[in-house]
Parts: sequence; C-alpha cells; structure tokens
Amino acid sequence: MMFAAAAAAIVVALALVITRAIKGPTVFDRVLAGNSVGSLAIMLLAVVGFLTGRPEFLDIGLTYGLLNLIGTLAVLKFFRHGDLAYDADEASGS
Amino acid sequence: MMLAVDIASWALLLLGSFFTVVGALGMVRMPEIFTRMHAASVIDTLGIGLLIAGMVLQAGFTLVTLKLLFLLALFVITGPVITHALAQACLHEGVEPRLSEDRRGRARPGAAPPDEGRPT
Repeated sequence: MMFAAAAAAIVVALALVITRAIKGPTVFDRVLAGNSVGSLAIMLLAVVGFLTGRPEFLDIGLTYGLLNLIGTLAVLKFFRHGDLAYDADEASGS
Repeated sequence: MMLAVDIASWALLLLGSFFTVVGALGMVRMPEIFTRMHAASVIDTLGIGLLIAGMVLQAGFTLVTLKLLFLLALFVITGPVITHALAQACLHEGVEPRLSEDRRGRARPGAAPPDEGRPT
C-alpha cells in the first residue's frame, strides 16, 4: 500500500519532469530533465520491485544509474567542446 | 516493534514522495536553468534519500539493503558531479544566471551602475 503511494508520487513527478524536457527552452534544460528522468526511473524500478515482492529489480536500477551518469556527462562534453574525444592539452598546444 | 518499523517506513516513504513531487514541480515552475538545477537536486538528495531509507527499513538486514545503500551512494556521488558539469557547460555556452545584483561588479544590461563604496 505505501509502496503504491510512493510509486504514484514518482509517476506524477516523472510526468512533470517530462513536461520540462519537452518545453525546456535551452538544451541544458533538456539534459537536466533527462538526468532527472533517469533518477526517477531508477526509483520507480526499486519501488515497483518492492511492490511486487521482487527486489531483484534493484540490480537493473544500479546498472541504469551508472549508464545515466555516463550518458549525461557524454552529452554535456559534446555540447561543451563539440567533440567527445576533446583533449585539453592538445587544444592548448596547437 | 514491527509496527514501529512499519510506521517509520511509511513516514519516510511519504516524506520522500512529497519531496520528489515538490522537486519535480520546482523544475516546471522555476524561471531559468540554474534555479531548475536547484529543484532537481531536491529530487536527487531528499526525495531519493528518504525513499531509499524507507525501503531499507522494509528490507531489514539483507542483500537488498546493501544494494539500496549502493544505489544511495551512487546518487550521492553522481548528483554533484552532474550538477557541476551542467553549470560549467551552461556558463561556457554563455547562459548567465538571472541576478537581482551582480556581485562580480559587472554591469547588468539595463541596470544602474554599481555604487562606488561597495567592495566587489
């Protein structure tokens, strides 16, 4: 019962964050909203795992958390330098 | 004893849900990217922290608790990293925070010049 309430709250939060991801005027709003969608999806996985009595879903959540970090940082690096393989030493040397 | 743990877990889950929804509401209502980052960090710290605390109370001393604590550690480490990288990328792209007073002493467009006696 309490997990159902938490799951409902997380779904509401997901809807709000996705609104921001669609509306977001700059690309950074969308990146931020995408990261929050990832965090909320992990929590939804964990809560639904508890709700159905199968907490094994947490493994998927852990994997998704690591992917979320790397994905967000990759997108940010791409928008900051326009290149995923940017090297600061090389750029200052040439 | 079990009832006390259940009630504490109820309270933590409800508080966590509350802060999650408040953070998401802040991301919709806040005026610009830097304040929205502040709202997103409410989800990443208070919301998720309290939800995980509530689930830990339900799981007891099991492997599930360990996984939940790993998840919490992951959020505690990656949240500030992502926020920092995002703020740095924003400033690099020229997205400026909206300020009522610029303490770095630069003129704000359409603002009165900074007064002289104030150290900047």
